[in-house]
Amino acid sequence: MLLISCPNCGSRDETEFHYGGQAHVPYPENPNDLNDREWAEYLFYRANTKGTFAERWVHSTGCRQWFNMLRDTVTYDIQAVYPMGTPRPASAAPAPESGTASLAPDSTTTGTAGPSVSATSSASTTAPKGATK
Amino acid sequence: MSTHQLPEHPDFLWHNPEPKSSYDAVIVGGGGHGLATAYFLAKNHGMTNIAVLEKGWLAGGNMARNTTIIRSNYLWDESAAIYEHALKLWEILPEELEYDFLFSQRGVMNLAHTLGDVRESIRRVGANKLNGVDAEWLEPDQVKELCPILNISDNIRYPVMGATYQPRAGIAKHDHVAWAFARKCDELGVDIIQNCEVTGFLKDGNRVVGVKTNRGTINTEKVGLCAAGHSSVLAEMAGFRLPIQSHPLQALVSELHEPVHPTVVMSNHVHVYVSQAHKGELVMGAGVDSYNGYGQRGSFHVIEHQMAAAVELFPIFARAHVLRTWGGIVDTTLDASPIVGLSPVENMFVNCGWGTGGFKGTPAAGLTFAHTIATGTPHKLNKPFALERFETGALIDEHGAAAVAH
Repeated sequence: MLLISCPNCGSRDETEFHYGGQAHVPYPENPNDLNDREWAEYLFYRANTKGTFAERWVHSTGCRQWFNMLRDTVTYDIQAVYPMGTPRPASAAPAPESGTASLAPDSTTTGTAGPSVSATSSASTTAPKGATK
Repeated sequence: MSTHQLPEHPDFLWHNPEPKSSYDAVIVGGGGHGLATAYFLAKNHGMTNIAVLEKGWLAGGNMARNTTIIRSNYLWDESAAIYEHALKLWEILPEELEYDFLFSQRGVMNLAHTLGDVRESIRRVGANKLNGVDAEWLEPDQVKELCPILNISDNIRYPVMGATYQPRAGIAKHDHVAWAFARKCDELGVDIIQNCEVTGFLKDGNRVVGVKTNRGTINTEKVGLCAAGHSSVLAEMAGFRLPIQSHPLQALVSELHEPVHPTVVMSNHVHVYVSQAHKGELVMGAGVDSYNGYGQRGSFHVIEHQMAAAVELFPIFARAHVLRTWGGIVDTTLDASPIVGLSPVENMFVNCGWGTGGFKGTPAAGLTFAHTIATGTPHKLNKPFALERFETGALIDEHGAAAVAH
């Protein structure tokens, strides 16, 4: 069981949270301009990183707020917890015991970049340009 | 229930050759799917100058970690076709591979606990019958007759309101399945190379021409990926993406018990599936851990939840002890159906996305994927499962028949 530090409520059991998948995936800026390939990328393709992964969680049975987390998908170590709408931390610092509440809207609703349609995904663990503000 | 003994082990079933500098085809992943693919490439297509590369030990990934359930009662035509073909192959493979891996057709029951479940189940029975898949609807008293240890009373949170039943479904000894394929591959001249991890691919333009490994570079004309939970990692090395998320999927066994459980019982709604292995362990599994993970382990509350479900449905399990729990890495897709076919890289082929239910598909995955690798074209059974479906929207949504209980 993961012990997750909610930025608002402090350390709680994983069972109080729900998983939200990859963080920093912006809604397409101009949805009407997307072709089928680009829609497929936005709807179905997500980074599946082996290693440090930026992901979203919601404290469903607590403050009910979303936040982002850096977690290693092999060791499951939590490396950082940071508010929605802020960039992915450059270095993986230890997760804080508690933090300040963030009511910033999720970057997925405010991003400015379309989904990446490049064939390679080697940089997929970092946020696409414009994904965060 | 089959109670006869497993055959004695021969001293060895396959050689451990050094990798050659080149092969006609290389299969990445020495699990069930990789070995079955190699077997059918050699047997059906005469391609014997091929290698199976396995980064760990043979069949030590999900092939060693699944709950061995084999069934074909899927809702949609495309799924029913490929899984039923697999089931027909399971029925003849022990003889063909000359290895009795104890495929026991003891039936699989999928319980219904709500009115919605009942309606969906009866619909699925109808769909199965139209597709030539054996299926029947059982009322609660018939459920009890087939599996007397099930609690069908009204005094549980989600009473059993009936079940679908596929008599030809069952379980098999998973390790022995892998060893059966491996032995035949070896006899046919396939090189099975363990402890050989792929670290990259050689490409000429957009065409794959070789594989980089920790044991040297291997030139090859064709590459087939059969790497389950690590498919995304390999695809990234090759320069393309897959719509896959890797999750931990846990299972457990109890201590050995006298035969008490004559069939396989699955419940999507209270979230557990249970059979009793030939030796006597109760084998249980449930859903994936919610988070992405490559750790081959998950969180304990998932185990706790599936045991609570098992004890509710099978009150006699309350006094059984857990012997072992473990996890595998499953490659899930958003429509709970596999991805088999061509990839964006020329001469590289993908077989992945089988998620929580790849074991049962092993023979058909191997047969059709071998066809695709040998001919460079889809097989009629794997064509609907091509990567393109995520662009065309022709998804094969099997969450109803597959989401929990594969």
